[in-house]
Amino acid sequence: MNIKNINANLLLIILGLSIGLLNGIFGSGGGIIAVLLMTHVLSFENKMAHATSISIILPLCIISSFVFIKNGLYDTRLIIRVALGSVVGGMVGAKLLCNISNTLIRRIFGIVMVISAVRMLF
Amino acid sequence: MATIIGFLSGIIGGMGIGGGIILIPMLTILLDVEQKIAQSTNLICYLPLALACLPIHIKHKNIDLSVTKKVVPFGIIGALLGSYLAVHLSPVILRKLFAALLFVMGVKEIFNLKWSGGQR
Repeated sequence: MNIKNINANLLLIILGLSIGLLNGIFGSGGGIIAVLLMTHVLSFENKMAHATSISIILPLCIISSFVFIKNGLYDTRLIIRVALGSVVGGMVGAKLLCNISNTLIRRIFGIVMVISAVRMLF
Repeated sequence: MATIIGFLSGIIGGMGIGGGIILIPMLTILLDVEQKIAQSTNLICYLPLALACLPIHIKHKNIDLSVTKKVVPFGIIGALLGSYLAVHLSPVILRKLFAALLFVMGVKEIFNLKWSGGQR
């Protein structure tokens, strides 16, 4: 094993630990970081990075869900309601991604996110 | 109301922006859901969506499974550590830490920074 291989493996270890940690603490955001690291550090193209991130995040979400459920931190009624909406929304969103330029929508949601963050901080 | 919030976050998730990062603050601010419950809701609601998408991506060979196999074992260690922290941290501190992450992600979206490659 040469130095380049050792570095590449070390990188994947750090990648795994940081994605898992972030996704575990905040219950979200792991996918964003996974795609970011794969496109920039591993030079993956977008589609491959996006799909691979799902295969990485899914087992981590199962583990984290198990920890939350074991500690009684869940609301079944809320989960069913949100899941129903998000499955339909997910299909609509995937269609929108193909059909329209989403720069404006991304900016609007960016503003919503910053306002929400400020509200949550104070 | 919870279904509408799920629908909106689903659209954003499907567009590749990151549905959870929007779903969690909407649940806590609009429906007064506790931060930890909002986080577990996002985690659990992601499972059926990902399980539905995964076989399609594998079939179309969009996934580099060699990377998945190397990353996931360490990811599981991180996930155990992270969710253990989340469960035991005070809800107030967890909410503020989450808000900081949300702020950074929001600023990134507004200025359309390219370091995420523009996806998810």
